Amino acid sequence: MAVAAPARTLLSVRDLHVHLGQSHILQGVSFDVPEGGVTALLGRNGVGKTTTLRAILGLVGRRGSVQLDGEELTALATHRVVQRSVGYVPEDRDVFTGLTVAENLRLAERDAAPRYDLVYELFPELEQRGGQRAGTLSGGQQQMVAIARALLNDNRVLLVDEPTKGLSPALVADVARVLERLAELTTVLLVEQNLGVVRKIAHQAIVLDQGRVVHTSDAKELLEQPELVRRLLSVGSHP
Amino acid sequence: MTRRRLLSDWLVPLAVFGALALVPKLNVSIPKLFDQPISSPGTLQLLAACVLFGALALTYDLQFGYTGLLSFGHALYIALGVYLSNIAITDWHWNFWVAILFTMGVALVVSNVLGFVSMRVAGIAFAMVTLAFAQAGAVLALKDPHHWTHGEEGLGADYTKLPHAFVGIFNTKNLYWLALAFLAAVFFIVRWSVESSPGRVWQAIRENEQRVEVLGMRPHLYKLQAFVLSSTLAAAGGIVYMLLYNGSTLAVTAPNFTLTLLLMVVIGGAGSRWGAVLGGILYTYLNDRLVAVGSSSTVEGLPHALRTPLSQPLFLLGAIFILIVFFLPGGLAGIAARGRPSGLRRLQDAIRPDHGPTAPQEGA
Amino acid sequence: MSTFLLLTITGLGLGAMYFLIASGLSLIYGLMGVLNFAHGAFISVGAYATWWSELHVFSGVHSSALRFLLSGLLGLVAGGVFAALVELVLIRPLYNRHIEQVLVTVGLQLAFVALLVGIWGPDAKAFVVPAWLHDTTTIAGAHIPNDRWVEIAAAAVVLTSLQLFLRRTRYGLIIRAGVENRAMVQALGIDVRKAFTLVFAIGGIAAAVAGVLSGVYFNVVGPDQGTSLLIFAFIVVVIGGLGSIGGSAAAAVLVALTQQYTNYYASAGIGDMVVVLLLGLVLLARPRGLAGAVVGARA
Repeated sequence: MAVAAPARTLLSVRDLHVHLGQSHILQGVSFDVPEGGVTALLGRNGVGKTTTLRAILGLVGRRGSVQLDGEELTALATHRVVQRSVGYVPEDRDVFTGLTVAENLRLAERDAAPRYDLVYELFPELEQRGGQRAGTLSGGQQQMVAIARALLNDNRVLLVDEPTKGLSPALVADVARVLERLAELTTVLLVEQNLGVVRKIAHQAIVLDQGRVVHTSDAKELLEQPELVRRLLSVGSHP
Repeated sequence: MTRRRLLSDWLVPLAVFGALALVPKLNVSIPKLFDQPISSPGTLQLLAACVLFGALALTYDLQFGYTGLLSFGHALYIALGVYLSNIAITDWHWNFWVAILFTMGVALVVSNVLGFVSMRVAGIAFAMVTLAFAQAGAVLALKDPHHWTHGEEGLGADYTKLPHAFVGIFNTKNLYWLALAFLAAVFFIVRWSVESSPGRVWQAIRENEQRVEVLGMRPHLYKLQAFVLSSTLAAAGGIVYMLLYNGSTLAVTAPNFTLTLLLMVVIGGAGSRWGAVLGGILYTYLNDRLVAVGSSSTVEGLPHALRTPLSQPLFLLGAIFILIVFFLPGGLAGIAARGRPSGLRRLQDAIRPDHGPTAPQEGA
Repeated sequence: MSTFLLLTITGLGLGAMYFLIASGLSLIYGLMGVLNFAHGAFISVGAYATWWSELHVFSGVHSSALRFLLSGLLGLVAGGVFAALVELVLIRPLYNRHIEQVLVTVGLQLAFVALLVGIWGPDAKAFVVPAWLHDTTTIAGAHIPNDRWVEIAAAAVVLTSLQLFLRRTRYGLIIRAGVENRAMVQALGIDVRKAFTLVFAIGGIAAAVAGVLSGVYFNVVGPDQGTSLLIFAFIVVVIGGLGSIGGSAAAAVLVALTQQYTNYYASAGIGDMVVVLLLGLVLLARPRGLAGAVVGARA
């Protein structure tokens, strides 16, 4: 494996603070996401991984700095952040159940030439089920829609939140393959609990604990140290 | 008890009520504010109304400002107090005190039943349901079953059955003192209940009902408590109203009536100690005086376009209300709140719609 | 039988008006979370603008039908424009401050009614309509006033147009998605707030139609008409389920027919109370309303 040349930083988060109700969830989170490849955001349940993604998008009130290619995002409203070519695949998929699959995709169109050919190449089933109401899809199919939405547009960075949650092992493998393909096209910041997926596709790993970043390293390096993994993530190492 | 609390909890209110109690003894004229000396029956009638509405606004604030229940049907209970007491006395020829007890009993039962049903929903839907129930009451009053309510004519009270002290123009000062006593009673009852342990739960519910549930308490029960207390006090206020105005008319059943209470509370400052009282007094006073201003010679001279809105006190009051909501959400009392979130600010979560995740304040 | 038919058609006519108002309220609440008390003002704008323009703007037009139609159109436009302005000036600056938004609409409603009284007085004004609307058509022995057909037709047209708009246009798509999950729409890069003004305008137009029709139904326009219709529309919206157009339509028919039948077969005025009872029953059984997706006890 060749040593990659140091990639430039695409997304830079500095001193991010988020309060939700009474709790101070993010207490000064700082990290860099290098351009290209998959950066995994790890941590125990409830530590603030999802909140971090939402804070980058401006879906929760936050203090601090988030810079995309040098441009400050915290001054922008959510829709403007997304218009700067930031894609989002939320934790619970959040597909619109009352709309059809095709309508869900159409709503997500942002660029002049949405990449339907790519989407249907990766997810032929979505083309077949175009007229089906998204609420009647299975969990795996909804996940496809959620990812396809982010794929339609040429995004500079994709924020992906636990895409394999609740899926069968076969589907998990499918999703991992799709993510690998995505990583060839764009930068991915991936929140994931499934360490097998992380091992397979992630390049860099950032670990959160108690509202702060406590560890940054090459992903494979981290996963090869079961003691460290257990301490940081409270899990035995997964196959 | 700290000295500051002693002052604000007891000395200040007692001083205020004491001062207000002296009014009928003061043969003083305040030219710009009142047409006649403040001890004259005419002015006392107005002042009694001001004080009464201060109290009624406070009963509303108990559910709205403290517990976060937005009801559009509070007038129903006031109307209940006004009508039922009058009907019992004038139509059924009951003894005055029996009529009062009866009215309060009915108010207690009705508020429990309707409150229970209304609380099956929350937020906006709750508001609409309370409006619907109040409207049903209005229809009932209009329909004049058994010729008790007398529909649009209204029903004048049978003064031979009322305590002598409250009858006759020279006894207006007694009615004023009655209203003032009622205000003092409501003030202390509300204060006591809000600071009691159920009262603290009410305030917690206002801030975040889900958290209260998570902590193992059942918000429904507490909300119902606040609602019933607030409604029963309002019914008592309705009885005072009936005495003050010598009867019952449909005006108390109009949806506008609750809405004006809402205006009073917000203008004064929701959930603050004196805000609702202040709002009630000020609103009632302005409502009366603005009519006089509207027909004064200065306004008559203005161009038609300006004169029209100014001749309608509700237009001005509505406009003031909107301005306060925009620029002074803490109401007038909020001016003194010194940075603590007050008034409407604290009610943020009270009627958040059950959407998917709602986005927070977006960047401009 | 003929009485029953008359009651039913009349009920449907009334239901048409409730639906027109409820549909706007439902959309506005569903998308924006705003309980729009000022809807009463939109109704009144439609009614008064039509009444006024018939006397002052189109008085020269000879054909009474054309005069009425043109005035009505002006009333609709006035309603839509007024509603859009209200959203832009009063609602938008209070984005996400739901309680303040509700209060502002309450204040607007009160101030607006006072304004109407100030300008035109508290009495109801006679509403001039083409004579044809006062005539009756006889069906199966029932003499049905022709205005009922117009009301039903108007509601049907609005319902169809709304459904078409929601299903066939991009803004309709945005609105349907936004009613479900506003934040996710934003997360797709779409500024939902643009749809807000549109939804208010649509609500304003529908309410204005209801206002005009109420003038036809009651033969007068008065400052209180908006408010009294609004209350029943609220009941319809809660029974039907906030955010659902279909639910509003079904509930509107249910409420109006119940009112009509009860008012006649039991006793005048009881119908209104039965409707409230109906509301109570629906709430006890299904707090979310017949088709509601987005409201209820915080269970």
